[in-house]
Amino acid sequence: MGWLARTGLAGAALAGLGLAAVWGVSLPATLPQPVRTALATHAASPEAGERIFWAAGCAGCHAAPGLTMQSPVAERLVLSGGRRLVSDFGTFVAPNISTHPEAGIGAWRLDQFAAALLLGVAPDGSHYYPAFPWTSYARMTPADVADLWAFWQTLPADATPSVDHELAFPLTLRRGIGLWKALHLNPGFVIPAPADPAALRGRYLVEALAHCGECHTPRDATGGLDAARWLQGAPNPSGQGRIPPIPHPAWSAEDIEAYLFSGFTPAFDVVGGSMADVVAHMARLPAQDRADIAAYLIALRASPSR
Amino acid sequence: MFRTLAAASLALAIAAPVLANEGAIKARQGQFQMLALNLSVLGGMAQGRVPYDAARAQEAADNLFHLTRNSQLGMWPEGSDNAAAAGTRALPVIWSNNADFLANYAALQTAAAAMQAAAGTDLAALQGALGAVGGTCQTCHQGFRAP
Repeated sequence: MGWLARTGLAGAALAGLGLAAVWGVSLPATLPQPVRTALATHAASPEAGERIFWAAGCAGCHAAPGLTMQSPVAERLVLSGGRRLVSDFGTFVAPNISTHPEAGIGAWRLDQFAAALLLGVAPDGSHYYPAFPWTSYARMTPADVADLWAFWQTLPADATPSVDHELAFPLTLRRGIGLWKALHLNPGFVIPAPADPAALRGRYLVEALAHCGECHTPRDATGGLDAARWLQGAPNPSGQGRIPPIPHPAWSAEDIEAYLFSGFTPAFDVVGGSMADVVAHMARLPAQDRADIAAYLIALRASPSR
Repeated sequence: MFRTLAAASLALAIAAPVLANEGAIKARQGQFQMLALNLSVLGGMAQGRVPYDAARAQEAADNLFHLTRNSQLGMWPEGSDNAAAAGTRALPVIWSNNADFLANYAALQTAAAAMQAAAGTDLAALQGALGAVGGTCQTCHQGFRAP
């Protein structure tokens, strides 16, 4: 065998190894046993789950399009999907995640719901696109996932069929998201644990549930969040204007709480865009949660990373 | 010479509507800033940041009412959206779906009238009317203004 053939063989072997590595790295993960145990043993409460529902903003993408601030809250509980998220990578259309057994996720088990939120993996083992912010929900506690699922069982079923995302090849290959996860999925928190208990609770609300970073943090070329510029503002993924840095440099904790409750800025401008939905959800939380979010943001502003 | 003149008049012809739009953009932004200033009087009381004062509340609510009755003449020329002009967050949908935009503005007028009737009564009445005013602002900012 000449050197050419040997090099060719070695090259093929290397390419094969590389492919195998890509195959392995992109393989969808499964829930670790301690998480399964925690899910199975938690005494789930729908009342506690409702708070998680509003904090996590599920309705912000999965309620029907066209809701306004004056829409009855019952309409935000119908998770029929259909809202379009325009991005540099294509247009994602939020699917039906109502309790309908065929059109929605009514036939799912708790562990499948947990794998979707914590791992971004569908019941059929495929990856979800990170337009669904499992990148943040990965930080959720199993108890909160179980409570949320208990609340889910109280929500209405809706038969509206889900619509396909509008993406171009090769983004249509979901297996590639596995590589993206290897690069960007970080179930740890971004900011070191604050000493103040309110700010610590706020960190969980901001970084895990409310997924503020998904819009307020800039992304790199591959679409991963740039943790070095955490919550420092970003271009609007939908193209119009910019998502501002948070917190606003001049806002007090009280200003942040008032904004998240009423939508009024300190100068009495009024919230708009997709943030209007966020405020509609945040207003339904206990006041303590909004105070905790404010404590986290104020602590972040004072931290050396700013 | 002729060419210079032609170029100059062409530049003028392009610049004139741009300048007119700039004035319109400033005028409507000033209008919204006056709304916000009066809303801050009412909102400050509603949020308990300043004590309730019936006379001041009524004055702010009267202003809000009259500001929302100001004709919008000349404030929304074509080409003054954020895709065509600088210094504005007004989305093109204001023009492409003008009926919805006007319906939203009419809702603000209704809410401002209710506020005018309520603000001077007591704090609870003011608070009750503020939600509708803020709600109409939000609905419009949600669909017609860029972040």
